[in-house]
Amino acid sequence: GQAPPGTGRPSVPPGVGRTALLLLAAYRTDEGQPWVLPVVKKVEQMIANDNSLNHEYLPILGLPEFRANASRIALGDDSPAIKENRIGSVQSLGGTGALRIGAEFLRRWYNGNNNTATPVYISAPSWENHNSVFVDAGFKDIRTYHYWDAAKRGLDLQGLLDDMEKAPEFSIFILHACAHNPTGTDPTPDQWKQIAAVMKRRFLFPFFDSAYQGFASGSLDKDAWAVRYFVSEGFELFCAQSFSKNFGLYNERVGNLTVVAKDADNVQRVLSQMEKIVRTTWSNPPSQGARIVATTLSSPQLFAEWKGNVKTMADRVLLMRSELRSRLESLGTPGTWNHITEQIGMFSFTGLNPKQVEYMIKEKHIYLMASGRINMCGLTTKNLDYVAKSIHEAVTKIQ
Amino acid sequence: MGPPDPILGVTEAFKRDTNSKKMNLGVGAYRDDNGKPYVLNCVRKAEAMIASKKMDKEYLPIGGLADFTRASAELALGENSEAFKSGRYVTVQGISGTGSLRIGANFLQRFFKSSRDVYLPKPSWGNHTPIFRDAGLQLQAYRYYDPKTCSLDFSGAMDDISKIPEKSIILLHACAHNPTGVDPRQEQWKELAAMVKKRNLLVYFDMAYQGFASGDINRDAWAVRYFIEQGINVILSQSYAKNMGLYGERAGAFTVICSDAEEAKRVESQLKILIRPMYSNPPLNGARIASIILNTPDLRKEWLVEVKGMADRIISMRTQLVSNLKKEGSSHNWQHITDQIGMFCFTGLKPEQVERLIKEFSIYMTKDGRISVAGVTSGNVGYLAHAIHQVTK
Repeated sequence: GQAPPGTGRPSVPPGVGRTALLLLAAYRTDEGQPWVLPVVKKVEQMIANDNSLNHEYLPILGLPEFRANASRIALGDDSPAIKENRIGSVQSLGGTGALRIGAEFLRRWYNGNNNTATPVYISAPSWENHNSVFVDAGFKDIRTYHYWDAAKRGLDLQGLLDDMEKAPEFSIFILHACAHNPTGTDPTPDQWKQIAAVMKRRFLFPFFDSAYQGFASGSLDKDAWAVRYFVSEGFELFCAQSFSKNFGLYNERVGNLTVVAKDADNVQRVLSQMEKIVRTTWSNPPSQGARIVATTLSSPQLFAEWKGNVKTMADRVLLMRSELRSRLESLGTPGTWNHITEQIGMFSFTGLNPKQVEYMIKEKHIYLMASGRINMCGLTTKNLDYVAKSIHEAVTKIQ
Repeated sequence: MGPPDPILGVTEAFKRDTNSKKMNLGVGAYRDDNGKPYVLNCVRKAEAMIASKKMDKEYLPIGGLADFTRASAELALGENSEAFKSGRYVTVQGISGTGSLRIGANFLQRFFKSSRDVYLPKPSWGNHTPIFRDAGLQLQAYRYYDPKTCSLDFSGAMDDISKIPEKSIILLHACAHNPTGVDPRQEQWKELAAMVKKRNLLVYFDMAYQGFASGDINRDAWAVRYFIEQGINVILSQSYAKNMGLYGERAGAFTVICSDAEEAKRVESQLKILIRPMYSNPPLNGARIASIILNTPDLRKEWLVEVKGMADRIISMRTQLVSNLKKEGSSHNWQHITDQIGMFCFTGLKPEQVERLIKEFSIYMTKDGRISVAGVTSGNVGYLAHAIHQVTK
């Protein structure tokens, strides 16, 4: 069977000649290899050579230089919230850890005390772990909001807005900041504006999951547009950030929960309660990954190098998208394939149905999710033709 | 507004103090005789090996680095352990001791339906209570520390444990009890095991100081191994923060001893389901360093020497503190300082005396009178003895 993404490498049947692993949740080079970012290699060497460094405990909330820089990346250098001193940061174990700490806080302190009945809305579909995070944090009423329109292969904006209109006031909405997982379909800026307007009117709480900043479009600012827009509209919000993909630091578990509050006093209160939650979960976060990110983000030269590395990854994905689409269109594969290039980020919802997916796996040894989700990073110039032909076969042979 | 964390808050107050004679006897991190953090040589060597190998950064499995978890189990159980050799255990990587404890607490809350009660020794590490509480369990206590003698209240402990409702959960510190430094002797452990077995209790061992207590990893794990040999299927949390100095790298492990390898597989699958919504998969760096040390014969030998070195320095500071107190002219009995073991010492000082040590002498410790002996050096042991004498005479 297929291993869930992000849990380790799925096993490829031995001796199978042509295979394509399209269900990993990690970047791959055009040679199909993992890629340690050059800037990361450089900074790791700097850290290794620095004999003044030790392995002492970090503070409970994490490495200060990491926290400040990580939140600055999400919110922008000129963020009004930063200027007004009303942001807080919690270094966390990856994006998952940031989500979990945020969820635990909201369950204890949001919308009353220990109000486990506050509805939590997760997009349909979403990353499958979102549900478990909020369930395990104690929430009892987890709902979905309309998101993916399978018929038109795009965003079901009206369904989404309707769900927000009907949601009880103060409900929590998990929003993907960019590069929606698994559909790759993001609202346009105009659509985000409509979403924000409803959320403001209905007093809904935005909890952003930002796992792909920079990785989606190649531009950090562009990929953070939605989060920053909400901040400029005066929202209090959480943003769970992951540096797994955009720094390629998957196994060092580098994440950050950015808190945007009404005022500085509120931030301090929130952080003091976050400390208590962190203390009983992991006490204090791991040091290595945070050091790498902090060092990179606080040096103008290394920061520029990093942005270049991120753009390299994003550009390769964008290239694979356009190459796959043009092959399918040249083959005359039934259906429309513009969604392949309109979608963004690591994942694409191809629109293949479960039977077609089964054909891809069993007959063509191309491994993708039953939902039809593929990881564009698994595509290479060498396997593009094979994958395109296989999709063509699947769609024409199987209905 | 949440109150400052009692333990880590001490370090933060210490940092703000400008007195040149200040001493941080709060948080439990080892210091060398110059009062500096100590990065073990075997750790530096392991790091050099890692740097030269240029490995990728792909996600670990949810349960962690396999070479690390297997070596952790072997370290705790002993290579000749029947439980280890038969594979009737599961070990998952955890975020140091806290994270491993929390995995176990969550696991018990979800699957141990016989009881919601966790019995802690009185006193226990301050963070035990909120960890179990946040996991959804209830806290109870059994007598442990006798403040009159500053040693183990063994009859009190046995009496209380004999009355614990069957199938409750009992937490035991494997060695170097935190905060008191008071450990049972082996004959006492044997009686505890018999009692715990009689009451059919679920035993949760917290082992954060293997090697660090006596200087001998096998001696420090003796109680854990004895209990398992008596047929008690314990659960266990391990930390490498102190014994390998890997504090900020968060290397730890959680182990469940099972009836057989099949049960171990089932338990493992449930542990993964608990871990994934917490942080998906654990951080690699610390576990990889620990794994290289444990699995490379030369480095493992070097580690055993270094951990004994740390333990020996602690023991020597205890001895010097007592002799300095005598020199100051203190008439109190300070024998408990050398009877106790491990990083911490329950001095017997009262909150008002601790307050004076902080305010008048810039000597920082937790209100319960616990000192971290690791913060004592040959350079400041005299000052410490002097200050303690001033507030207790």
